[in-house]
Formats: sequence, C-alpha cells, structure tokens
Amino acid sequence: MLEHIRDLYQEVVFDHNRNPRNFRVMEDATRTIEGFNPLCGDRITLYVKQEGDVIKDVSFQGQGCAISTASASLMTEIVKGQTEAQAHELFELFHRITTGQDDHVNLEGLGKLAVLAGVRTFPARVKCATLAWHSLEAALKEDAEVASVTTEE
Amino acid sequence: MSHVMRPDGLDVLRLRQDFPALHQYINGHQLVYLDNAASSQKPKAVIDAITHVYEHDYANVHRGVHTLSQRATDLFEGARAKVRAYINARKIEEIIFVRGATEAINLVAQSYGRSRLQAGDEILITAMEHHSNIVPWQMLCEQTGATLKVAPMSQQGELLLDAYADLLSERTRLVAVTHMSNALGTLNPVKDMIALAHARDIPVLLDGAQAIPHMAVDVQELDCDFYAFSGHKIYAPSGIGVLYGKEVLLKAMPPWQGGGDMIRQVRFERSEYAGLPYRFEAGTPNIADTIALGAALDYVQAIGIDVISAHEADLLAYATHKAEQVDGLTLIGTAKHKGAILSFTLDRIHPHDIGTILDQVGIAIRAGHHCAMPVMDFYHVPATARASFALYNTREEVDKLIDGIEELIEVFR
Repeated sequence: MLEHIRDLYQEVVFDHNRNPRNFRVMEDATRTIEGFNPLCGDRITLYVKQEGDVIKDVSFQGQGCAISTASASLMTEIVKGQTEAQAHELFELFHRITTGQDDHVNLEGLGKLAVLAGVRTFPARVKCATLAWHSLEAALKEDAEVASVTTEE
Repeated sequence: MSHVMRPDGLDVLRLRQDFPALHQYINGHQLVYLDNAASSQKPKAVIDAITHVYEHDYANVHRGVHTLSQRATDLFEGARAKVRAYINARKIEEIIFVRGATEAINLVAQSYGRSRLQAGDEILITAMEHHSNIVPWQMLCEQTGATLKVAPMSQQGELLLDAYADLLSERTRLVAVTHMSNALGTLNPVKDMIALAHARDIPVLLDGAQAIPHMAVDVQELDCDFYAFSGHKIYAPSGIGVLYGKEVLLKAMPPWQGGGDMIRQVRFERSEYAGLPYRFEAGTPNIADTIALGAALDYVQAIGIDVISAHEADLLAYATHKAEQVDGLTLIGTAKHKGAILSFTLDRIHPHDIGTILDQVGIAIRAGHHCAMPVMDFYHVPATARASFALYNTREEVDKLIDGIEELIEVFR
C-alpha cells in the first residue's frame, strides 16, 4: 500500500515515535518553553539547560504525531552538546530543506535528521517536523520574555 | 464499484456521476471522499449554475434597469425564495444571505446581542460547540459584560438536558446551540431545548452548519428564533450561507454592517435603513454563489432529503459496526442520535498520521481538533480522526476506510 509513505515514515521515525529520547521533565532547566501548533492542537514543552552558550541538556514532553515526536526526539539527541550557533545553523538548514526552499538538498549536513527530509513532499506536515525546532529557536533567543511559541506567526 | 441500490431507491452509483470531483485518482487510488463534514463536493448542476450565471446572466443586482441586472436580480431573489421554501420559513424577508454560518452567528451576536445585552446577562451554549458558536459570544461578553454559560454533556457526547434546564435563568438572554455536533455527530434534542428556553421567553439560535445537509429542517416546526447554515456543506459553493431569523426579531435589530444596498436614503446628516432582508446585506452580495445555492437545494430536493438521511444513517450504522470490530479503535461521540459522522482515535497513532497515511490510499478524512478544542479537552485527546458521509458515499467506501485503518495499524505496530 505504502511505498511513498516510507519516504516520510522511515524506520528511524517509527523508532523515535515508539521510544522518544530525552522524553522527560527537566527540573533544573534554564529555559522552558511551550511550543504550540494551533492548526492541529499539538503541544510540546521543551526544556533546555545551557552553560554559557553550550546546550548541556535538552528534553521534551508533549503529545503529538509520529513526525513531531520523532523530530523532537532526534533534535534533542543532536543538539545536546552543541553551541547555540551550531544549533541555530542546523535549524536554518533543517527549515530550508523541510520547507523545500533548498533545491540542492544538503542531506549530509543534516546527519541523522535527513530521515525527516521526506516531509517536504507533504506540505501539510512540515509544521509537525519543525515545531520542536521553532521551540528551540525561541528558547535560545536572548528575549527571556518569550515563554511560548507557535508555528503560526 | 458495485452497483448500490438502497431499498429506499437511492441509486448511489448514478448519483456519483453527478459529482465530477469524485472521479479521480489520488496517489494512484480511486478517491474516497469522507471529509464531507468539512465541506462536500459539488454536483454538476451547481457547477453549471455558476458557469451559466457568468456566461449569460451576470450583472449587479437590485439596481440596474438593464436586462442583465434584472435577470441576475430575478435569479438571486429566486434563490432566496428557494431557501425560504427549503427551511419552511414564513416569509422571504426572514432569509438573510451571509458568507456562511460563522458570519450568521456573528451577525446575531453583534446586532441582536450587542443592542440588548448588558453586564450580568447570560448567554447559554453547550459543551460541544464549534469555535464559531463560542468565540462570537465570548467577544460579545467582552463588549457587554455578559457571561457565557456552558451546558454540559455526557461521556457519550449527549447533552445533559436537566443540567441545561437548570442553567436557564432569568438572566439568560439567548441560547445558542448546535443542531448537530461537527466533532461528535451528536444530534441535539433541539425541540425540547427550544421549548424549555421559550418557557422563559429566551430566544434560541441553532447552528445548523452540520445538520442542514443531513436532515429536513423546518424552522417553523422547530420554532427556533435564528437558524444559521453554510451552503458549502449542502453541495453549494463556499462563501454563501444563510441566517434565518423570525421577522419580529429581525425587524427590531439594528443593522450590522453599513453600506450600499442596505439603505433607503442617505443624507450626510442621517441615513434611513432599508427593510428586511436588505438591511443586513450591505454591499454587492455573492451573486453567482447565491444562485448556485438555489441550484444545490433543487438538487437535494430532487433526490429527497429524507432519502439522503436514510442512506447516510445506513452508512453510519454500517461504519460504526465495522469500526467497533477494530482493535485499538475508540469512537469519540457515541450519542444515541447521531448524524453521519464517525470520529475516532487509534491507540498510539496520532490522527495526523492516520490522515496522511489514509491519503496515500486515496482516502480523504479530517484529522485535527475540528475547530472544537473544548470537545477535544473534554475527551483528553489532542485531536481525532473523522470520517463523515454524504449522499454519494457507499458501503464499499466504508470497507476501504476500515481496510486502510487496519493496514496502517499494521504499519505502526
């Protein structure tokens, strides 16, 4: 039935959906942010612990589809230990690729995140993949007033 | 596809020929369109009506003395007469054309509500309303200091009538309730609800957006004070809808939007407003789509709404029975009286994933909160998957839906 769907729902996605990594509350987070997609009602709480400009720890909670759960799970694995600048750069690349702005897809630069690149042929699902990343971007922003972020500006 | 002839004589296969959009392949599979509660597909008669207006009879209405304007006006007002007859309103003056049910409700909130409500007054809705029958009242409450009250429902998604009756008070100024829930399919006991409200002289608005394509609606028999519906769910175009209001109420209401067509005389000192229904129809209306709404009602009437109702009831019963056999499937909304909506969740599979994967086999359903976030909160789910039926759906399509669900459960296992 589902050949094209395997572009989106790769085994890695199923794995992270079944067993999301860093799926926990973080008591000593330096930033906590609520990410919300008002179009579908999905919510994510992202916890970040920073030391200087390094992301020492990151975790999440929430209820979402397989794509958003896997994306959040993969993100927490990858950005842990990265600097803010590195995480930001990865967000930019991920965003460009998932929204189809980048025709010359640099999948290598995405590393493990490449499994989510298939979402670009499912426009209705792009925001599922980017919700966690928008949340991280907002959390890393200097503006400490931001306590929540939505996929709809 | 097998030839489906219902005992009541509804030849679904023949009717499907009337809907061009149904005959296409999505991702290599014959389209199975089960998102009718969001919007239905359009029969050729409706599409042709739009084309015909623009090719032959189009001009602005209510003003020109030339032939085309007269033709357009006759067709436009002809559609109003069809709507009046369809819902059995007493007079054509009681039929106001709006963009859709949402605009109809906003009109009542801002014209009727704003001119009459004050601090301490109450508006009563139910726990199963669509956002369009919640937010306009919240806005009105902010403007007037009135309070929004919510009648509760049971786990099955049935209104608790006693609790509703208890919430009607000497402060209640208006009841606004959905005739049929878009998220659950529940058919509300609106006649009882109206009778209870009227015993206290409280007017009742029915949100008929979901009900109108599925059952006969007789506003006099219901005795509702306002009835709001959209054309696009009853096979008409989007962007056209109807507010029915009892003449005595509409007459006393101030205009909502000002502009052309809603005035009798304009002076810089003061303007005189037009009579009903034009007072509430400022600006050039949606002419072609209004005429097409008339064509859609003709189409439905030619088949017979009771025949459609019976067919959809059969589909719902069949789908419900099959869905109940699926391991890990939970039906959301199991009221005794339901319209053609099957809302459900699957264990450990998010509705969006259900929607995307079913689309891969050509099955269109809705996944999300259905603009009824309080209903989702009530059931502690972020979203549901929803299959909703129309006159052109078949049991075979229900089989495909259930097969698709079983297959995707396998994929996720």
